Amino acid sequence: MNKNNLILYIGILIFGLAAPYIFPAFKVQLSILCILIVLAITWNIQGGEMGYNTFGNILFYGLGMYLCASVQVGMFFPLAEWTESGGEKTFVHTPAQFFQGMAAGLVVAAIVPTIVAGLIGYAILGLRGHYFAICTLGLGVAAGEISGGIEIIGAGQGFTTPPFPNVGSLEARGEFFYFLSFLVLVLTFIAVKAIYTTRFKLILNAIRDNEDKAEAMGIETMKYKIIGWMISAFFCGLAGGIMGGLVGYIDSTDVAFDGREMGVFMVLMAILGGKGTLWGPVIGATVFHIFKEGFWTFFLGWQYVALGVLIVVIVIYFPEGIMGWLREKYPERFGEVVDEADRKAQVEIK
Amino acid sequence: MDFLVFQYPMITVQACLDGILLGVLFALIAYGMALQWGVMNIINIAQGDLVILGGYIAYFMYLYGIHPAWGVIVAPVIMYFVGIAIYKLVINKVVDRDLFISILATFGISILFMQLMNFAFGADVVLANSGYGTTMLFDNNVVLPNSKIFSAFISILFAVCLVIYMKKSKLGRAIRATAQNARAAKILGVDTEKVYAATFGINAALCGVAGALISITFTIHPYMGLPYTIRSFMIVIVAGLGNLPGVAMSGMGLGVFEEFADYILGTEFRIGSVFLLLVLILVYRRFKLSRKREYLK
Repeated sequence: MNKNNLILYIGILIFGLAAPYIFPAFKVQLSILCILIVLAITWNIQGGEMGYNTFGNILFYGLGMYLCASVQVGMFFPLAEWTESGGEKTFVHTPAQFFQGMAAGLVVAAIVPTIVAGLIGYAILGLRGHYFAICTLGLGVAAGEISGGIEIIGAGQGFTTPPFPNVGSLEARGEFFYFLSFLVLVLTFIAVKAIYTTRFKLILNAIRDNEDKAEAMGIETMKYKIIGWMISAFFCGLAGGIMGGLVGYIDSTDVAFDGREMGVFMVLMAILGGKGTLWGPVIGATVFHIFKEGFWTFFLGWQYVALGVLIVVIVIYFPEGIMGWLREKYPERFGEVVDEADRKAQVEIK
Repeated sequence: MDFLVFQYPMITVQACLDGILLGVLFALIAYGMALQWGVMNIINIAQGDLVILGGYIAYFMYLYGIHPAWGVIVAPVIMYFVGIAIYKLVINKVVDRDLFISILATFGISILFMQLMNFAFGADVVLANSGYGTTMLFDNNVVLPNSKIFSAFISILFAVCLVIYMKKSKLGRAIRATAQNARAAKILGVDTEKVYAATFGINAALCGVAGALISITFTIHPYMGLPYTIRSFMIVIVAGLGNLPGVAMSGMGLGVFEEFADYILGTEFRIGSVFLLLVLILVYRRFKLSRKREYLK
């Protein structure tokens, strides 16, 4: 890491820590932005680096959301009665109970999806190409439909997560969730950046470029695919757990296993920023979130129409993303050696 | 969740007949999907939304006092042009690209259609009442609405007509040639661009027929599209591309499976069980194929 990069990272860190005080009105939006970036980065491990375009990471996100809330409630109160009362104020978490429950819930929300990813990984990741994409799409929708039929987690009427306890300050809720999601974002970024400097990333890229050849070279591709998916599941579960607390209400198909929104957003953000790069998903998610929040209100109910058009336009006209475009424009910045004569020749051809 | 199916054998008969009549409809949609998959190598996630759009055409005819059965004629004509429009605007830019690009692009179209239908037609569950009455079988123990029998009959009629058309007509031959080898077909003077557009239009028209029939026999709702896509995808992968009897059989099989899942697990798990079955079938297929691969080693 050279000196410029270090300054950049420290600058971003300071900005991230100061952001809720600079923009006090946007704390919730900033927290959602952190979650979106985490989802885009983790999707990029599959879609960008490994070449396995998944719609199913939403499964881990929703699972984490339900698990975190269930643990947080179930540790202190009977879960069935809580969901039946629809979050009535019969049971109230004390601050200590709330934070203990949240901590335990997040641990469970991170670990269980990781195990699930490991268990189903061997079966699912053996599929290739579009079979994998459709299978994971089906997995996400099936999880939503099935969780919408289970009584103990609220079935169709939804699950109200414990309300934030009164700890004196009105700003405490926003700050708590912002710093929690920012922490997860920083952890995810550091972990993924560390992973991308190792041989592991090269193996993932080998799988993307030609899986059969990678296997013939003696790489146990299945092992690495599963590990990659487990890493994604870990952070997706964490993100989901936080998002559940932030939104305050979990619905099976509209919040948790929301394939129509979150499930597509993570794909779209990573593609918008540029698949297969470290910074692409971060930039893509930021741009997407700003666009979404800035323009969604003008569309007033036409958001999904705009979303559909946006998907088609990005996919058809902008499949390389922002990073891909930058890379084409400034190849030197990306450490690519450019032959001057070659470039001149290309300009002449154009 | 008391297992009525096992206590009253007549319910088994009822479920089987219902499932078969439903499955014929699924097979019609799946035939359209197999067609475009085979010819253009595109998996259209918006397939189910085209079906629902066709259903709304029949429903609106019903609202304006025309018998909805005429929708079977009108819906495919309108949907053909809708299909051509979608092809010209989006699909022709993704035909020869990465498959995931086409999946994502059609997913975008699907979301777009879903929401536009929601605005235009409202979020209510609707059906077009055909007033065909019912048929009683086995001492009035099994009730079959005549509309279901009508829809199965019409689906078979359309499928047979299309098969004959594909065999005999010039366009049909061009489509089959493009499916076999697009490059060679182009060299031999087939306008593949036109063939692609026609294929997509025919697929949309088939969806229109199926949708009109669904609005007569069952109910339609703007957000019900994705399950139809998944069902047709599932039928196609079970049957294999270009295997028409297989498509019909697996369509009926899926219909019967769904009816039994409905009785045994409960209606709230019906859609969930379809999606879960898709995952199971794909996983089964993966293990079967990997065993084959090891055998070849």
